[in-house]
Formats: sequence, C-alpha cells, structure tokens
Amino acid sequence: MKVKIDPERCQGHGRCYDLAPGLFHDDEEGYGQVTGDGVVPPGEEHTARLAVSNCPERAIDIL
Amino acid sequence: MTSDSRFDQQEFNDRLRTRTVGVRNEVIAGPVSDWTTDFSHAEPEWAADPYPIQDDLRQRCPIAHTERFGGAWLPTRYEDIAAIAYDTDRFSSRAIVVSNVRPPLELAPVGGVPPISSDPPFHHDARKLLLPAFTKSAVAHLEPETREFCHSLIDGLAGQDVVDAAHDYAQHIPTRVIARMLGFPPEDGPHFREFVESALEGVNLPPEERIPRMEKLFGYLLAQIRDHVDNPRDDLTTYLINAELYGSKLEPGHVAGTMSLLLIAGIDTTWSAIGASLWHLARTPADRERLVADPSLLPAAMEEFLRAYAPVTMARLVKEDMRWNGVDMKADDWVLLSFPAANRDPAQFDQAGEVVIDREVNRHAAFGLGIHRCVGSHLARMELRVALEVWLERFPNFSLADPAAVRWATGQVRGPRTLPLRIDRP
Ligand code: HEM
Ligand code: SF4
Repeated sequence: MKVKIDPERCQGHGRCYDLAPGLFHDDEEGYGQVTGDGVVPPGEEHTARLAVSNCPERAIDIL
Repeated sequence: MTSDSRFDQQEFNDRLRTRTVGVRNEVIAGPVSDWTTDFSHAEPEWAADPYPIQDDLRQRCPIAHTERFGGAWLPTRYEDIAAIAYDTDRFSSRAIVVSNVRPPLELAPVGGVPPISSDPPFHHDARKLLLPAFTKSAVAHLEPETREFCHSLIDGLAGQDVVDAAHDYAQHIPTRVIARMLGFPPEDGPHFREFVESALEGVNLPPEERIPRMEKLFGYLLAQIRDHVDNPRDDLTTYLINAELYGSKLEPGHVAGTMSLLLIAGIDTTWSAIGASLWHLARTPADRERLVADPSLLPAAMEEFLRAYAPVTMARLVKEDMRWNGVDMKADDWVLLSFPAANRDPAQFDQAGEVVIDREVNRHAAFGLGIHRCVGSHLARMELRVALEVWLERFPNFSLADPAAVRWATGQVRGPRTLPLRIDRP
C-alpha cells in the first residue's frame, strides 16, 4: 500500500499530518507532503485510510 | 511623523473612502414569510436554530431565494456548496459578507480585505504571504501561553456557581491570541469585540451607521500601523508593513485590510466554536463524561463539533447572468455559502443531524473548501483544543444554568454570545 497527495487539490487543511503523522508532514506553507516514498508500513494501513477519509479536498489517493 | 508615506493620515483616508461606495439596495427586514422565497439569515429565528430550516430547504428547495439584500441564493446541499466554493470563475469573493451594499466591481480581484476578498490570480499571492505564520508548527509556539491564559481566565471565575462561558471565557481566548500575533496591546481587547460586531452583525443597519463604525476600525488599525512603522517589532503588523508583492511594498489598503481580516476572522469564529462546543457538552452529559474519562477522544470530538456547529457561512457574488443547477442567477446576486448546511447533508454524512463524538470519517467543510481554505485553521484548532482541555480539567461537571437565556449571534458567524453554565464543584 502506498499513499500519494495530489498537489492540485491539496489546500493545506492538515488533516493528514494530524491523523497520520508517521506518513505525512507539512511544508513551510502548511501543504501536506508524503513522508519518504509513501509506502505504508505494515500495521499503519488503518491510519492511512483514516487520513484519506478525513481529507476535505479528497486530495489523498491510496495506490 | 511617520517615515512611511503610505500611512499618512490624509492619503490613507482618501483611499479608504473609495471602498465605502457601492451599489445600495432597499433594506427589507422583519419576519420571514416563506423560507424558500424570502429567507433571511439576519432574523432571530435563524439565529436561534438554523438547522431545521436548512434541513427542510435541502429536501424541498435546495437552492432557496430571497429578494432581501438586493437578491440572494441559499444552496443547502453539500454538492452545490462545494461546487460554488471551487468555481472561482463564476462566483467572486469581491464581497463575502452579505449586506445591502455591493462593493464596486473595480475592487476585484483584490477586494477590501485580501486574501478572503480576492479572486485569482491575485488571491494566490496575497494568501501566500500569510501561510508561513499560520502553519501547525508556527502556531504550536503559542500553545503554552494560550494554556496559561485559559487557566488565568478560570482562576478569575473562582467562587461563582453560574458563569457566562461565552462572555467570560470563550470570547477572550482568540482575542488575546490574535492581539499577540498582530502586536496590539492586550488591553485593547474590548475594542476588538466592538469591531467584530460592527463588521459581521447588524447587516441591515443603514450604511450611514455602518460606515462610521468601519472608519473607527480603520482609524485604530492606522494608529497601530504608524506605531509599528516607528517602532518595528517581531509581529504580523511589522511583517505586513515590510512585505512585498511583485517587487514593491503592499498598497496601504492591503496592509490594513489584511490586518482587519485577521482581527475579525480570528476572533468571532473561534469564540463561536469554543462556545458551541461547551454548549453541546453542557446539555449532553454522556458526551461530557466520556471526554472527561478519556481525553484522547478530544481531537475527534472537536472535529465533530466543528462539523455539527460550523460557525462560518461565507458569501460570493455571481459574476454574470447564468442558469446554474436549475435556477436563474443574475449578475451581482449574492450566494450564501453555508458550510454549516453542507456539513449536515445526509448525502455526505451518516447520521448527519446527530453529534457522534468519535466519528471516524469526517470530511467536514467548517474551514471552507478550495483556494480560500481558512488560513487560521491550525491556529483555531490549537485554541479550541486548549480551551476545551483546560475547561474540562478545571470544570469536569457543568450544565446549562438557564437554557432560555442562551443567546446566539445573528448573521454569518454563529455561536453563543450568552451562555450561562452552572458549575458543580466537588
Ligand atoms: C473555528 C474557527 C474558524 C472557522 C470556523 C473559520 C472558517 C473560515 C472559512 C469557512 C473560511 C473560508 C472563506 C471563504 O471560502 O470565503 C475562512 C477563511 C479565512 N480565515 Fe478562518 N475560520 C476560523 C478561524 C480563523 C482564525 C483564528 C484566523 C486567523 C487569525 C482565520 C483567518 C482566516 C483567513 C485569513 C481566511 C481567508 C483565506 C483565504 O481567503 O485564502 N480564521 N475561515
Ligand atoms: S488533509 Fe488533504 S488538503 Fe489537507 S494537507 Fe492533507 S492532503 Fe492536503
């Protein structure tokens, strides 16, 4: 499982890095960034889905 | 004598005057005859409880209309509200608070209070100036001080069995924080409340009354700006005075407009969110007891309060005559962008009308959608969390002292303005 943020849709609500701080972080303007290569470590799948299902802009995809 | 000529009194006032002209319409106020054809968010019935009205409209007439305010629309489906928020080509942010005056077209794309009043492409650049100061990590620095301040407010309530949680607690928290960020004297707080009320409430008052109030706000801001030009310091006011766009310093109206936006958007909204959350907990003992027993639920509960009691409704102006989702919109019609109605649409949320404090899937739109997403959302979330943590820690047992005495603000920002709570001390 891998997560990806669509920078065209992301508006920096920050739900992803609030809910899944191991998978996402913010840049200096508050937009969401995937940490590392976006591969979700085993056991973190639920957290990844939580971030996806709370992003108001539907900017996060699971690949 | 201020060395920066942008902020000379005369020059500044002349520029300010141009923004107070606009197209006026006849003021229609008083009880609503039919919510589908004559709605008004400025009447007491709406302030007291807008949710049944919105739910009813969503089923019967999902894009309601009114002749008031010179013509306005009220969509109540999430889908329509999101579509308008994303469609900056056809809906302008030139004015975002519905009143009986439409600001002149020449004000676009900057608007009076950038970036909230700005349209693309200017909007992006004006917004970018603010973002770094409002990231999650930037606002985290303000948390210890905010917590200490909340404790001092509670200390001040010692010995009272009934306290007004809106007036004596919620109100002061965002006021103190934003004064600190802008570098204004903390004791000026009471003025800010007056500024907020004149900007957001009383939209049906005659312009002759509204204009002098706005002039008072800008007079205050100009005095602060001039003081910062003479004594620069590490705060947002000095930052905006020195900021540059396209190779030159900002227009004086941009500096003052953004400051007034931060002051007004920062206070009323967060005050409302804190108050509405406490109101819910006061009348829902099961939720209160659960949160007291397990504070780790607070982040999810907070998002649910923001969804269910979203404080902010914005507005747009229709750019050109058009047929839109089944209705005939005319150029310069207002459109109310009710994020509160979007957040209670059953097509988007399960159990939309209920408060589920551990809701897992919560794509609420309390902070807006699209390019105008609230710049202050990380700050507001920090303030709301700290305010609730401190309150619940100090006052785990409380209830509504007099449900009939609770008074909600009228207009586009809704939250309790009077909230008497009975505190049961151990
Ligand atoms: C719970 C509290 C708050 C709520 C519910 C809220 C809500 C909103 C909403 C819905 C918008 C979108 C406006 C639109 O689409 O036209 C917005 C924009 C904005 N808010 Fe907030 N707000 C809150 C607190 C704050 C705070 C504390 C600040 C800063 C001090 C702030 C500053 C702003 C600014 C600068 C914008 C304009 C952003 C832009 O146009 O790009 N807000 N807010
Ligand atoms: S939650 Fe969505 S919009 Fe917000 S920062 Fe993350 S990806 Fe961006």
